[in-house]
Amino acid sequence: MRFLSILFFFLVGFFGYAQVTITGVILDENGLPLRDAHVHIANKTTSTDANGSYVLSGIPKGKQKLYISFIGYHAIEETIEISTDLTINRQLKLDVTKLDDITIRQLSNSKSESSNEQVLKSATIEKFSNQTLGEALKEVSGVSILKTGSTIVKPIINGLHSNRVPIINNNVRLEDQQWGTEHAPNLDINSAGKITVIKGASALQYGGDAIGGIVVIEPELIKKDTLVGKTILNLASNGMGGSLSSSLQKGNRYGWSWNALGTFKYLGDKETPDYMLSNSGNREQNFSGGIRYAQEKYNFNAMYSFYNAQIGIIKASHIGNVNDLYNSINKQQPSVIEPFTYSIDAPKQEVQHHLAKVNYQRWLSENASIDFQYAFQFNNRLEFDVRRSSANNDKAAFDLQLATHTFLADYKTNIGNWRLKSGLNLGYQNNFANPKTGVRPLIPSYEKLDAGLYGIAVYKFDNATSLESGIRYDFSTIEATKYYLKSRWTERGYDAEFSHFIVGEEGNQWLTKPTFDYHNITANIGFRKQFHHEMEWLVNVSLASRNPNPSELFSDGLHHSTGQIELGDLRLEKEQAYKFNTTFNKDWKSFRIQINPFINRISNFIYLQPTGFETTIRGAFPVWEFKQTEALLAGFDVNTKWEISNHFSHELGMAYVNGQNLSTNEYLIDMPPFVINNKIQYKNESWFNFVGELKSETVFRQNQFPNYNFETNIVVNNILTPVIVDISSPPNGYHLLHLYSEMTFKINKRNSLTTSFSIQNIMNTTYRDYLNRQRFYADEMGRNVQIQLKFNY
Amino acid sequence: MKNLKLIVLLVIPVLFSTSCSNDDEVVNEEEVITTVTTTLTGGGQVITLTSRDLDGDGPNAPVVTVSGNLTAGTTYQGSTTFSNELADPFEDITAEIEEENLDHQIFYFLSGALGNITYSASDLDSEGNPVGLHFTFVAGASGTTGTLTVTLRHLPNKNAVGVAEGDITNAAGNTDAEVYFPLTIN
Repeated sequence: MRFLSILFFFLVGFFGYAQVTITGVILDENGLPLRDAHVHIANKTTSTDANGSYVLSGIPKGKQKLYISFIGYHAIEETIEISTDLTINRQLKLDVTKLDDITIRQLSNSKSESSNEQVLKSATIEKFSNQTLGEALKEVSGVSILKTGSTIVKPIINGLHSNRVPIINNNVRLEDQQWGTEHAPNLDINSAGKITVIKGASALQYGGDAIGGIVVIEPELIKKDTLVGKTILNLASNGMGGSLSSSLQKGNRYGWSWNALGTFKYLGDKETPDYMLSNSGNREQNFSGGIRYAQEKYNFNAMYSFYNAQIGIIKASHIGNVNDLYNSINKQQPSVIEPFTYSIDAPKQEVQHHLAKVNYQRWLSENASIDFQYAFQFNNRLEFDVRRSSANNDKAAFDLQLATHTFLADYKTNIGNWRLKSGLNLGYQNNFANPKTGVRPLIPSYEKLDAGLYGIAVYKFDNATSLESGIRYDFSTIEATKYYLKSRWTERGYDAEFSHFIVGEEGNQWLTKPTFDYHNITANIGFRKQFHHEMEWLVNVSLASRNPNPSELFSDGLHHSTGQIELGDLRLEKEQAYKFNTTFNKDWKSFRIQINPFINRISNFIYLQPTGFETTIRGAFPVWEFKQTEALLAGFDVNTKWEISNHFSHELGMAYVNGQNLSTNEYLIDMPPFVINNKIQYKNESWFNFVGELKSETVFRQNQFPNYNFETNIVVNNILTPVIVDISSPPNGYHLLHLYSEMTFKINKRNSLTTSFSIQNIMNTTYRDYLNRQRFYADEMGRNVQIQLKFNY
Repeated sequence: MKNLKLIVLLVIPVLFSTSCSNDDEVVNEEEVITTVTTTLTGGGQVITLTSRDLDGDGPNAPVVTVSGNLTAGTTYQGSTTFSNELADPFEDITAEIEEENLDHQIFYFLSGALGNITYSASDLDSEGNPVGLHFTFVAGASGTTGTLTVTLRHLPNKNAVGVAEGDITNAAGNTDAEVYFPLTIN
């Protein structure tokens, strides 16, 4: 009987699963049609067109939820009884006070239809106002960070970093000598309103070389006629300093709008639980501003930003020869520990980055738009070393001036169920290695030209199913001007193959002009399917190509700040990666899970390998050579979010990467270890919007590493003894606890004050991280207590 | 109108293109030490030990020459000089070490039973610690062979245990030169 009743309900449910179509128009506060408003009924979503109208078909009968939203407006949330086809029209009301809390991710806004995309919203970004972009990105599972000390931080996506992860700031690709590992992205995190991480190379409009993934940074854009601002003040105990960031925005849907932002950071020496990290202070002075003029059919915008940073490099990391390195690894204690100071001495970096752009966008019809953009970037990187003669310490040992011009044109159109995007880019780059430093530059002067062309098509079968495919062609040519020591030229065996590059001779050096051309085809195909039961499946296959960059081709000589000889190779060929990437999202009422496995097969994978040592008059130095191999990276990222009750929630993030060097049957060097993050949050709106979070970060020891140790002779107890220099073994795993809490006080209708209190590394744990280039010299930072005040006005 | 805007956008890059010129100026390493010479004078002998690395940080190892063998039991007055032969004119770095004597110390290490080295009492920095440019070498027993290691340390901790006596173990700082001379005692 029971079985029969179940069957009965089942059948009724099945036959009762009739579907209807709902149409309507969404208007703004003035009764004008609202374009791109988000409409969500049952599990179907869509956006309104230029007339404000929408159509949603396949809605099941019965009680359904209706949700309509648009940035800057009060969302409408209702339950409606549906029995037949309906017209539902709504008018949205302005929401002035909550403006900067709302970020809605619409399908039409996604950078890639079929790749895993994760977004950091402004509330998360603000938590890191005092820190770096890399640290904020660590909030996304599958993103780890590569560090040089405590301030130079860059993201690693699915095991890959540096120029395999382009950073797009305000639709401009950041060109900031990010090829080497000790260059952080030159960007003020406070200028970001939204950060999107795309794991995979599928966003072809940004370039075809994103073998790891892409980070897209967009400013906040307020389309409402209002003037808003915010000021964030941070104070940190570790480094005994802080930052102040202030911004003002005048929004407007049509007509003029503008924004301006300034940030100052000032921090002294950081400390580990046991000692000061001498010379680890940093400073930043940043400014950005923009104007925008918009009309119904077109808009024009211009922006300029200036990033200026001074970063101390801990003194203990400036080593001489291999004996110093051996001593540092074995003593596990920095060779220089001095009392706290704010001053920054050599070794240090000073970086300036200017970015200016103009952009013009025009709607050709309701469904088509065209976009032109010109951007200019100028980056000046000065690295100061401890010179033999102290009098020379103020003279940079490294002075690179990189100027980049890029022009973009993009065309977008919607035709029926097709969405098409195509465009081209032209770029010219000039790198000038200033010879006045008196140190042979590791990166030579060069000129580079780029041209690219792409097309992307998305076909929507229905609201729940879409297919995406894209193709891109890139041409680049690079000509460098470089002096090679004749002895190095011969040792590398360049005589036979590359003698045509030689154009002159100067003492014991050859003047060469190496020139390389590259033609690259990149492509991807992907699929997105939204099932009932709140389940989504994304799958993407991409082919990406990356040219060897100047440091990989031309490096030759002693890298003073790391005490190693780095050797590039003119024979390096382009890398090609085939990445398969799939994502499952499942949403229960209070529990959400996302699983993202991937496989990345990379041909000609370029990596830096310790190969032995070379003897100079300074003694022996470890030699690191750029090598190429067949590589396979595979892994997965998992995220869950559980709303335990109205007040409590739990989040879990896990990431695993396995990197194989297929040519030698070893593991790949510098792969992120397995990481698990757990976060418990308590929220209570009636206590001034109290939020309290406890986060646990567990990083396992990386047991998958290649052994590149080598032997050298050093003086031990006054006897010359052969020893093994252990540069391969990863440090132990570690577990950290972090606390974050905040409260928001309304001052009046428009103004509010948010105060937050946070502690990083509560237990003051001593640890070293495998992905910190300075792990041979010092521990990581200890406990850090931070206070943040944020005024919204 | 539309075309005009387009032209403006295309012209701007050209205006900006006047960035720095890539002249082909050669960089000669300024701070390289190419040559370390230790001279031992005593018992009517002048023995010159030279380590010369004319490609600086390049791949070729330094060329080491030793002008003769030492005589057992003899006391030698030693001194060491540093220079950069790649610089034009030739750069004498010894004078610079004397000027910045607080920031430098030269260490000597003898393997086996080659003998004993002590710093000359007169060769002190402004705080009374040794610099190590001058020393006394008492040769060991006849038939001994081994290596003399000469190390120039930059920014050493001269007050650490044993450093003033010439023991490099606790000296820290970083190495500006480190050369090895094979010695034989007759």
